[in-house]
Amino acid sequence: MTRRRMFMKMLVSSLIRRRSRMIAALCAIAIGATVLLGMAAISYDIPRQMGREFRSYGANMVFVASGEDALLKLDDARAAAGVIPPKSLVGMTPYRYEIVRVNMQGYTAAGTDFEQARETSPYWNINGAWPSGEDDILIGSDIAEFTRLAPGSAITITGRAADGARFRRDMTISGIVRTGSVEDKFIFMHLGTLEALMGDSGTAEVVEVSIAADEAELNELAGAISSRVPGISPRLVKRVTQSETAVLSKLQALVFLVSLVVLVLTMICVATTMMTVVMERRKEIGLKKAIGADNRGIAAEFLGEGMLLGALGGLLGTGMGYFFAQAVSVNVFGRGVVLDWKLAPATVLVSVAVTAASCLWPVRRATDVEPALVLRGE
Amino acid sequence: MNILELKNISMIYGQVKALYDVSLSVEQGEWLAIMGPSGSGKTTMMNIIGCMDKPTNGSVLLDGEELSRLSPAELTAIRRDKIGLIFQQFHLISYLTALENVMVAQYYHSMIDEAEALSALERVGLKDRAKHLPRQLSGGEQQRVCIARALINYPRLILADEPTGNLDETNERIVMEILRKLHEGGSTIIVVTHDPEVAVEADRTVYLEHGRIANVICRVGGAEHVEEPMFSTTCCP
Repeated sequence: MTRRRMFMKMLVSSLIRRRSRMIAALCAIAIGATVLLGMAAISYDIPRQMGREFRSYGANMVFVASGEDALLKLDDARAAAGVIPPKSLVGMTPYRYEIVRVNMQGYTAAGTDFEQARETSPYWNINGAWPSGEDDILIGSDIAEFTRLAPGSAITITGRAADGARFRRDMTISGIVRTGSVEDKFIFMHLGTLEALMGDSGTAEVVEVSIAADEAELNELAGAISSRVPGISPRLVKRVTQSETAVLSKLQALVFLVSLVVLVLTMICVATTMMTVVMERRKEIGLKKAIGADNRGIAAEFLGEGMLLGALGGLLGTGMGYFFAQAVSVNVFGRGVVLDWKLAPATVLVSVAVTAASCLWPVRRATDVEPALVLRGE
Repeated sequence: MNILELKNISMIYGQVKALYDVSLSVEQGEWLAIMGPSGSGKTTMMNIIGCMDKPTNGSVLLDGEELSRLSPAELTAIRRDKIGLIFQQFHLISYLTALENVMVAQYYHSMIDEAEALSALERVGLKDRAKHLPRQLSGGEQQRVCIARALINYPRLILADEPTGNLDETNERIVMEILRKLHEGGSTIIVVTHDPEVAVEADRTVYLEHGRIANVICRVGGAEHVEEPMFSTTCCP
């Protein structure tokens, strides 16, 4: 038998002999590791999980024309969208604004792509239905109140085309939009319909883009778009991106604090158990010192026991933590967590380190035991 | 040649003089018994001889090495290399087998040699009980494992604290026979005991009272003679 084998034999036999105490310590470590892995997995996955949730806030980037131009080209906007990874691009909605009249009253008409608007502006509250036919429109709630128009009403829109010619078109209100913002004062129609009325096409004042990414990634994308598509000036919607960043930071801080508290509680539990073990084994420690064990040898045995427990508890907790993270993620976000497997060895290592740290004070007490107590028969 | 020399050692705890100005020499191969009532200083003397404590005053020479100036770590090394300890309560590690209990002493000393540990158990008649846990052994068997553990690193001095104190008559005889053989083999043995039947086996018995040597009995060729304490700190003639 080698020295290492004898060392392991002493560790394992000692743990098995005091199994009730050791199971208590093992449970504490396993629970700590479970929460740690679960929280780390969720924390790691929060930006991905919340990224989609945050898209309900609306677009987080807008494209406007660069330089002095008031209008951007839709071809440029499509080229800019090509820079964004397809899996991150939630939606891209162009808006072209023109002045029209209804019963001699002037309003702003916004030509847009309603399919995309549903993606980039999911917070729009529609009374009625989204437009389907090319003559269907949405009117803002302020206009609806002023004109007393309701979904299903027919209105006539008049105005001047780009070449100065007058146009007149009968349209149907499919729904009334309420956002609490400027949209409540607009008339929304299909971009193609507005382009037909105005007699030109292929331009927009602004394109709203919704991207599943954090602020740093958005800044990176904006830089890439600016350099690759000169006609487009991408801008971050600060109120959205900064809110997202703030919420993410707070969530991650909360997760960090919970993990910290759990680790401290684990340390207290392990330290208490190990201290009890040391007190119970004073005579054995005294004997070992009497027959020649030095303090380093005694410390190695107790730290070894602690670290072995830490590794076992860490492994157990890693398995349980995966299910814990899944359960939390499904219940909170409605979808499973994607576990980064690097977290598994990290959890075991942290468990070992935390247990070793918890053992330091008990180990110190163990090395303080006097060998003479074995002769006193205490 | 003296293996142990205590020169004017005192051990004082506050107002209590556990040992006071005690001098004693032990020759290589001698069997010394230390007797005395409770509180006479036997355990204190054992602690000092066993390198588990240092005297308040005086010097201790073990195998020519002055102990009173050594650090606890250095005392541990001396204990590990030169002293074999036998305890009244055996103090076996409960979760290790008899063989592993012997090997523990090898583990702390140097290298582990299973065959040698088994041979040590054979010397005390316990080879066939090597794989048994302490709770599966009788008191006498546990004490024999304790002796095997004390002998495994070939100590210069065997220090036994009431080695038969917890044994029945049969096991006492077996243990005494083992100690006798060790003595015949040239081992130096110091035994602390209350039992006159154990003490009578020794070459010399030192009686302690109130921290001082009160009496010394030397045995030469089966005859006993009492020495004056102040002139009998060395070996019998």
